[in-house]
Amino acid sequence: MPTVKVLIPTGALGLGYDRAALARGIAERPDIIAVDGGSTDSGPAYLGRGVSKYSRTTTRAEWRELMQARAVAGVPLVIGTAGTCGADSTVDWLFDITRELADELGQKLRVTRLYSGQNPAEMAAALDAGRISALPAAPDIDGDAICGCTNIVALAGAEQINAALATGADIVIAGRTTDTAIIAALPIERGCHPGAAWHGAKVGECGAIATTGPASGTIMVSFDETGFTIEPMAAAARATPYTVSAHMLYENSDPFLLYEPGGVLDVTGAGYTALDDRRVRVEGSVWRPGAYTVKLEGARVAGYQTASIALLRDRRYVANARGWAAEVAARASGDVVERMGLSHDAFDIELRLIGVDATLGPLERVAPMPGEVGVLAIATAPTEAQAGEIGKILNPYLLHHALSEDEPMPTFAFPFSPAEMSRGALYEFCLNHILALDDPMDAFRLVTEEIGHD
Amino acid sequence: MTELGQIAEKVRSKNAGPFWLTIDIFCGNRAAFDRVSAGLATETVAALFRAAPDMLKRFDIADLNVVKFSLPRPAIQGTRADRDMHGAAWAVLLEEVKID
Repeated sequence: MPTVKVLIPTGALGLGYDRAALARGIAERPDIIAVDGGSTDSGPAYLGRGVSKYSRTTTRAEWRELMQARAVAGVPLVIGTAGTCGADSTVDWLFDITRELADELGQKLRVTRLYSGQNPAEMAAALDAGRISALPAAPDIDGDAICGCTNIVALAGAEQINAALATGADIVIAGRTTDTAIIAALPIERGCHPGAAWHGAKVGECGAIATTGPASGTIMVSFDETGFTIEPMAAAARATPYTVSAHMLYENSDPFLLYEPGGVLDVTGAGYTALDDRRVRVEGSVWRPGAYTVKLEGARVAGYQTASIALLRDRRYVANARGWAAEVAARASGDVVERMGLSHDAFDIELRLIGVDATLGPLERVAPMPGEVGVLAIATAPTEAQAGEIGKILNPYLLHHALSEDEPMPTFAFPFSPAEMSRGALYEFCLNHILALDDPMDAFRLVTEEIGHD
Repeated sequence: MTELGQIAEKVRSKNAGPFWLTIDIFCGNRAAFDRVSAGLATETVAALFRAAPDMLKRFDIADLNVVKFSLPRPAIQGTRADRDMHGAAWAVLLEEVKID
């Protein structure tokens, strides 16, 4: 059986990579180029809004280079979780960029979009039908919570990526997928060892992070019937048994198990061997097939926020910042109840003290005396207009509130005018659940189109 | 008593999805691993994060000289109460804890 070589240009499109390493990877004649386009790691707003975290210009510049590399290699280019969140809107966003670039580069291409977006009403019905189950630490949900989501996506696995590749696509733009699926798919389709396919995909999904040169980005993972071999493409980067085996720890709550659609990867018995000073061979990982389920992600609006920043530099106010902040919050809250008619549980005013405990909050165990304190005042309310009003009610207190009545009115430093910044909607993830499917394609859609010209 | 951050090579905390936090203590060598593994009680870690001990997963991985903990995030990622979107700052709670 021939080896299946998967070239991974970077850990995520938009993060950058070493151009020479990518060129070397192309020269090594990969069977497919696979790149991740997203993650939940930057929070729920991207899925909630259905937008990319990375700039369009950066995404376009890197995607342009990958499209050129693909044309040289003559193999499919696959991106998973396009546009950070993998919503249908970000798949279309990247498709628009791809169409522009195909015209610009003079490439005639067959492009397949794999959509992962889910209809909230259908998901609520699936919950009623008992097809959705909670994972550990999942929030409680009901049909209303599901229907309140602005976007729900299902994480595609290898089967859906292979269905997209089977359309004969030069480029596959996939919505939400597991990080590993775009790498594992082709090796599985070609009959490589399934444990090796998923394990190699996990090691490769962050690009060169599992090597000594994480910023270089580009790696090649070669799969066969007994295992996989990982090789960084940057000249100075090395993969060692330690860097490769330690990568199972990364962003993974269990370092030996990885749950994927249709089964679980178990690397307990994996052996890691240095082939030379830069390549590592891995064998012994096991894939255990199970029920076919896909993970769901959903985000909904949990209110609207306005934020302000004030700076305390006066030593007495720095020393008494906590009490000062509590008084400001209490007085502004009183005004909100009295003047806006909101009940206390309908809104929230929180003053985080930067320099004191803004990072850890109640978990902070050290109390240093800083030279200054940044006061991050966050107002949360049911509507954007109400959040803006509360921000303005806070303003005079943040500017002038005195520790005692018999002192001259203080004035604190504001870095901005206007002092308040509307954050728009506060989104929250509300699904940590799996959906049972009879057929892997039941929750996914493929659209194939010819674009560009020679 | 020594701060754990002085014994281990690196302590890393990361999101493991929006609902879980995972903390990897890279001890660097066997002696440091043995010291951390024996000296850092699971109950201590649970208390630092005010987490329910039965939801805390612990892995002592001698092959890597790593002690790993995973627990539900102190606040679900991105919710109003969350202060650390990428979950990376929580590592300091373990770096600054003192062990024998």
